[in-house]
Amino acid sequence: MNFARDIMTIACVSTGAFFFLAGTVGLLRFPDTLTRLHALTKADNLGLGFVVLGLLPQAGGLRDGLKLMSIWMFALLAGATVSQLIARTVRRSGAG
Amino acid sequence: MSIATVFEVALAAVVLGLAIWTIAVPETYSATVGFVAYGLLVALIWVRLDAVDVALTEAAIGGGLGGVVLLGAAARLRDAEATAAERPDRFTRLIAAILSASIAAALGLAILILPDHAPTLAPVVAANAGATGMANPVTNVLMAFRGMDTMLEKVVLLLTVVGVWSLASDRAWGGRPGPHHEADPHGVLAFLARLLPPAGIVVGIYMLWTGADHPGGAFQGGAVLASMWLLAIMAGLADTPPVSSRWLRFILVAGPGLFLVVGLGGLCFGAAFLAYPVAFAKPLILGIEVAMVLTIAATLALLLAGAPERNA
Repeated sequence: MNFARDIMTIACVSTGAFFFLAGTVGLLRFPDTLTRLHALTKADNLGLGFVVLGLLPQAGGLRDGLKLMSIWMFALLAGATVSQLIARTVRRSGAG
Repeated sequence: MSIATVFEVALAAVVLGLAIWTIAVPETYSATVGFVAYGLLVALIWVRLDAVDVALTEAAIGGGLGGVVLLGAAARLRDAEATAAERPDRFTRLIAAILSASIAAALGLAILILPDHAPTLAPVVAANAGATGMANPVTNVLMAFRGMDTMLEKVVLLLTVVGVWSLASDRAWGGRPGPHHEADPHGVLAFLARLLPPAGIVVGIYMLWTGADHPGGAFQGGAVLASMWLLAIMAGLADTPPVSSRWLRFILVAGPGLFLVVGLGGLCFGAAFLAYPVAFAKPLILGIEVAMVLTIAATLALLLAGAPERNA
């Protein structure tokens, strides 16, 4: 049982790390602000999501698990809001 | 080398590199962004050193609120930056470089000649943790064993607000700090400012409450509460209170004031200034912390709001 948990943690955290890497490469390589935002949200939403999912089997109990989940939800909320605000500013200023 | 060591070395290298970049980069705005990232990475270092209380404070103040203050300053400086591009002459720069290098060398030397087992009071603190009824050693030191330092620190916070307010013009004195923020009432920012504060206020109070036995405390909780208030102000849902408001001034002095009253009570009825009677140590400390979390939240938010500039 422990072994299965560890396998799930390793698999999910590795997937999360891959999305963070891909998001970072996108942030550095993509040509304009909107596409860079797109890359950034992949790291925030999917990357952090998989890391949290991978850490859930290692959580000490229900409370710790809920705390981990709420960290992800807050990051989603903040990320979505900030992306919207940046994207609107870009569209209003007309710069790519 | 274990994986943890590799991670630590990489973290230290990135922090050093980022610190040098922050100093070297010419634009104020880039330096500010670098400084915020630097604060968050330093918080990670504190976590690695098992100093979670310090990490929380560094992330909240160094990375969060301090970063917003600097961003505001950078935005104000942006117009002046193009005109004030004068560089100090070679002699001044040489003197500054010599001064910085000697301070760095002295600090490095001081660290290198530390004895292997640095003198520490940590075991005494751990042994006396039961005296206050709280399990978090950091809270014990801050609120009981070195309560004097914490009280003076709160007075310093009060002085910073007085300093910021004293930048107001005569005409605006007594008015509301900062510009009036107007955002689309149906926009994303207003949505976030309605959705987040209920959860954020619970988190702030939880950080204060859990500080008795786990990492957390008045400063970290107060920083979270301040950011929730600022979010509502920036989204245009609330306005900054006029600095002449009585209740605002009462909250600003509540923390250090109650601390001082309890301290004087210790002088009159107990052993010494700031000595708590053992039976009431925990309720007294909790009372001070509740007053302090309000003071800290109001102080931090007002520091960010700036000097009064509008009539009430």
